Amino acid sequence: MNTNLYNYLLGIADNSLILGQRLGELCGHGPSLETDIALTNISLDLFGQVRSYYQYAAKVAGDNRDEDTIAMMRPEREYVSVLLVEQPNTDFGYVIARQFLFDVYHYMFLTELQNSKDETLAAIAKKSIKEVSYHVRFSSDWIKRLGDGTEESHKRIQNAINDLWTYTDELFHQTEADKEMINEGVGVDTSKLKEQYYKHISEVLNEATLVVPDLKYFQKGGKQGMHTEHMGYILAELQYMQRAYPNMSW
Amino acid sequence: MIEHADIDTELIPILDKVSDPEIPVLTILDMGVVRYAKLVDDLVFIKITPTYSGCPAMDVIADDITTAFKKAGYKVNIDLILTPAWTTDWISEEGRDALEKYGIAPPLEADADKEALLGNKRIVKCTNCGSHNTKLVSQFGSTACKALFQCEDCQEPFDYFKCLK
Repeated sequence: MNTNLYNYLLGIADNSLILGQRLGELCGHGPSLETDIALTNISLDLFGQVRSYYQYAAKVAGDNRDEDTIAMMRPEREYVSVLLVEQPNTDFGYVIARQFLFDVYHYMFLTELQNSKDETLAAIAKKSIKEVSYHVRFSSDWIKRLGDGTEESHKRIQNAINDLWTYTDELFHQTEADKEMINEGVGVDTSKLKEQYYKHISEVLNEATLVVPDLKYFQKGGKQGMHTEHMGYILAELQYMQRAYPNMSW
Repeated sequence: MIEHADIDTELIPILDKVSDPEIPVLTILDMGVVRYAKLVDDLVFIKITPTYSGCPAMDVIADDITTAFKKAGYKVNIDLILTPAWTTDWISEEGRDALEKYGIAPPLEADADKEALLGNKRIVKCTNCGSHNTKLVSQFGSTACKALFQCEDCQEPFDYFKCLK
């Protein structure tokens, strides 16, 4: 098995799986019908995309693992998603801030992944980016509406951006698998995206009359499987059915 | 760029009976999700591509295709392909008309679509009264491929099929 490729695939897919799960929690609980539907639609897009990655990962693994066992049956330390995506739905401001900070990265990442030497990855990227272009439009739009909205919405979205900012740097950290895949022309060299990422984010925040946080210290660990306390609760819900009724289907 | 699907003429009548489970007025050929269909001896090879990655209709479509070909006396082998990625350009003219009659405004071109979805311009035509005085209610609708609009003249709420390129 090509372990580096396998781990690289998990590095991409786990982000979308955990974020999709977080957004799925809002099903029936969104602040309005329209945002409820939008966020769960985005969740569905992300789940659709991770299915393609995990199916490919199962093929790369070449043993008895399938997309479901990879997605559902790993222990916490084997999930390599960034800390940003597991942060809770504290309020609508946090939901939008988290989405925006991820969407901008996700869009830039997929733009480059379309040029991957790995044909399957390039195909998934070409499919996914069409969907993600809607996500980034949605979250950027809401950043502006909340930031340039009422005093209360401005305060809340600023708080969320300030709190979540500490998780942004990790998006650009590279694992050993990342580095190997970049060398082979399969992976995306995220270090080249960082400057453009912060520039774009800052432009949108400025337009939304929000302050760009000035932070020197950033949180990390998710990519090494060391998660915040929130992760266990997410996995408990995500894995419940497969753990309670192994191999169930409907 | 329009990518033509590669479909054996004799298989079209069978595929034409399979409808999209979420938009039953459209056949899967109208939707452009069938990219390849070839008969080799008594085995039919089919390639379908999803509209959206998470589209739950794909499994149903694959089942319906299998059933339709079994009925016609063929064995069938279905592959799901991701590339080239589906685009709303592949919806046929008949499909666009059927969508509109069904109450779903067909997709605009990419630039116009963006203006409509950002609420900058009133250009989406009401499927009920034909007015363009319509407003965006939600960028996302009842399924991933649609947005929700409302007509300000006749007040009818309706779906708009988003442009995907």
